[in-house]
Amino acid sequence: MINDTVLSLNKLSKRFGTVVANESVTIDLKRGEILSLLGENGAGKTTLMNMLFGHYMPDSGSIQVADAEGNLAPLSLGHPQAALNAGIGMVHQHFTLAENLSAIDNILLGSENLFAWRRSMDTARDKVKDIMQRTGLNAPLDTIVGKLSVGERQRVEILKALYRDARILVLDEPTAVLTPQEADTLFANIDVMAKDGLSVIFISHKLREVLAFSHRIAVLRHGKKVGEIATKDADEKIISRLMVGADTPTSPRETLSVGAPVLELIDLSVTGISARSSLEQINLTVYASEIVGLAGISGNGQSTLAQVISGLTSPTSGRLEIDNQPVQKYTPASLLKAGVGRIPEDRHHDGIIGAMSVAENLAIESLDSSDIQKNGFLRHQKLKLNAQHLSQKYDIRGPGIEAETRLLSGGNIQKLILARVFEASPRLILANQPTRGLDVGAASEVGKRLLQARQRGAAVLLISEDLDELLALADRIIIMHNGELHVAPGRDRAQIGLIMAGEVS
Amino acid sequence: MIRIEPREAPSRRLTVGIPIASAMLALLLAAIPLSWAGANIGEAYQEMAKGIFGSVFAFTEMLTRATPLIFTGLAATLAFRAKLWNIGAEGQLYLGAMAAVAVGTGWITGPPLLLIPMILIAGAMAGALGMAGPAYLKTRFGADEVVTTLLLNFIILIFIQMMLEGPLKDPMGMGWPQSSPVVDNAILPQILPRMRLHYGLVIALTAAVIAHIMLSKSVWGLKLRAVGENAAAALHAGIGVKRTLMSAALISGALAGLAGVSEVAGLRGYLTTDLSPGYGYTGIVVAMLAGLSPLGVVLAALFIASVFVGADTMSRAMGVSSYLADLVVSMALICVLIGGFIARFTIKITPANKKVSTTDTGAA
Repeated sequence: MINDTVLSLNKLSKRFGTVVANESVTIDLKRGEILSLLGENGAGKTTLMNMLFGHYMPDSGSIQVADAEGNLAPLSLGHPQAALNAGIGMVHQHFTLAENLSAIDNILLGSENLFAWRRSMDTARDKVKDIMQRTGLNAPLDTIVGKLSVGERQRVEILKALYRDARILVLDEPTAVLTPQEADTLFANIDVMAKDGLSVIFISHKLREVLAFSHRIAVLRHGKKVGEIATKDADEKIISRLMVGADTPTSPRETLSVGAPVLELIDLSVTGISARSSLEQINLTVYASEIVGLAGISGNGQSTLAQVISGLTSPTSGRLEIDNQPVQKYTPASLLKAGVGRIPEDRHHDGIIGAMSVAENLAIESLDSSDIQKNGFLRHQKLKLNAQHLSQKYDIRGPGIEAETRLLSGGNIQKLILARVFEASPRLILANQPTRGLDVGAASEVGKRLLQARQRGAAVLLISEDLDELLALADRIIIMHNGELHVAPGRDRAQIGLIMAGEVS
Repeated sequence: MIRIEPREAPSRRLTVGIPIASAMLALLLAAIPLSWAGANIGEAYQEMAKGIFGSVFAFTEMLTRATPLIFTGLAATLAFRAKLWNIGAEGQLYLGAMAAVAVGTGWITGPPLLLIPMILIAGAMAGALGMAGPAYLKTRFGADEVVTTLLLNFIILIFIQMMLEGPLKDPMGMGWPQSSPVVDNAILPQILPRMRLHYGLVIALTAAVIAHIMLSKSVWGLKLRAVGENAAAALHAGIGVKRTLMSAALISGALAGLAGVSEVAGLRGYLTTDLSPGYGYTGIVVAMLAGLSPLGVVLAALFIASVFVGADTMSRAMGVSSYLADLVVSMALICVLIGGFIARFTIKITPANKKVSTTDTGAA
């Protein structure tokens, strides 16, 4: 009996302590269907997929997967190997490739018999080549993964899943790291695979993509499925209302005349350990009351530039001026003092100290202030009041201001960082990928705050890979490619994309 | 089927309860080797308790033994909180002791009110100096402090041997490699008459309280914790990571140095190379048992000192080896480490072949 349904998640629930991550979620997936899974951060998308893939054990509910003949059979829960055997492949947002192995070795990794005398490379290679031909997913098989571009790495990840005969492919935010062109190619490839019978679950935040390319959209909110809609019947308004429970507020934007230069980079060069971390004679001025958007594919020098402006890296030559004052010492403390507020790219790694309390994290950039300390001792009462005030003002939700910060969701951690940065009224705000991984609600909050800072007369340098975000927020767009800056010719997505890819300069 | 899943946050009850339960469990487990040794278990425990609580003398002996452990436990705690792995407290202890005899054996004379602070300061500075090198190598070149501090212990001990055969040798010592005795005015006075317990304990307890206050209430303590928990974020937030590490290193070394001063000037009266039966290393165990909390260090030091003193008495009375003490201490450490693991996770047992029904059998 051929059944059209290949996967059926049946009333899955999962709690972590008192937090409900998923509550009775039921989703069906059909053969050859592309299903988008949408939801705010903390809506339970990742938990749901982790249960499907056997990383988590559901508290209740069941999963059924079709076998090769199309008969639905219950999946043994809590075993990643069972999920793999059942033909479920997952491509994580952060790739899980061994960078020092070649692409083909990565594809074979884990599916080879450890005790075999010799590797049957030829058969494997033929199979991979066959998959590449059918799907159009091309990657240089013999190159070390560390030398591949992000797009190529992603294709290797997908090939790896397909090599294991995945019939269901889960893609977790696959376009977060791609250029618009690369993303379009990926969509075309997935489309071909879906026509070939592959079923795809596609997790994304970008409504435009979801609408353009999926067949059906399921929306999660607070761990529950709040809606399911055929893509042809949906538009951005309907979906975002489902996701956040209300229309997303579009931030009002006023035309402001720009002020005096705040940040000036003059012939700034950094010789990094690799070309990817080097900067070549950068010249850039950011004026008061403007947001400059820095577009580019990650790994083209944006991180290095952000590190220099944060005071974590010193330039090899050239200089940086804040309010016409050249920076003498490149340390985070001196740049903070010069009036630079930094929203770091990796908020968990650089932005917060997870094992310390929310109140302490809110204060950690202003430890010298007399509001925080007196004679070297913390003023706990002030610290607490400050934290209560900021939690309210910035809507930081979590188990409380005395709780460890790592217990907060990604969006709330970002709100904590925003509170810390904006309360210091910085002259310049360096926002490095401030909405990466955030849901629509939290991302629009970030946008709103950045526009408020602009209104106040701050200069903002916004580094983002999300072109839609840059187009919405930035007054000017600069593109970074290979450690060099290019002025965007206009606001045309295609042209910007080409410069990002280094095709035009 | 048994699954282990991470817990959101270990409760306060668990963080306090687990070390205590581990210590008790380790004591109970000592029954196994005791019965192997052929001893009457009930009697053995009784002797052990007698050795700790049996008399004022026994109790003060336990406190005397706990004193250096509080110092070295604090030394390890402060360093470990900054993720600075100071394994060199043993060497720093000897440096502190050496400074105490260098200053306190007649070179300077004066009233106790002058001499005692002087030998304390000299010993703390010497201990800090012993940690300054490894800390500099770590912050400047990224040298692994585990290796440098550990190896320095042996270098320092040989250096002390050389000093005891040379400039610090007691001319009246009949040729023994020992230092001149500490002058009376530099001796830490006894707390009770005719008991060996000395004011080193008071200094140690004060140090623990100060360490607790500094760690939880001061900006320096916040910086130290920030550097230890996430150095990258601390750096990003403008905290001087290297400076903080350096200060933690120096204070850690100073505390270990004070252990040496306290032993020399409070207990022995002169320096030999068998001053410490590994207090520096045991301090690491104390710190781990205490969950890196300065006040917990006091309790952990009391526990370990009790085990050592109690086991000594027991071994004399029952004729079993006093190495049993080491066994109990090691088992307590293992129990705490396992307990710490349990506190961070919950163990879920799901009956096989059933759909899903979970029973929380975690330690909560």
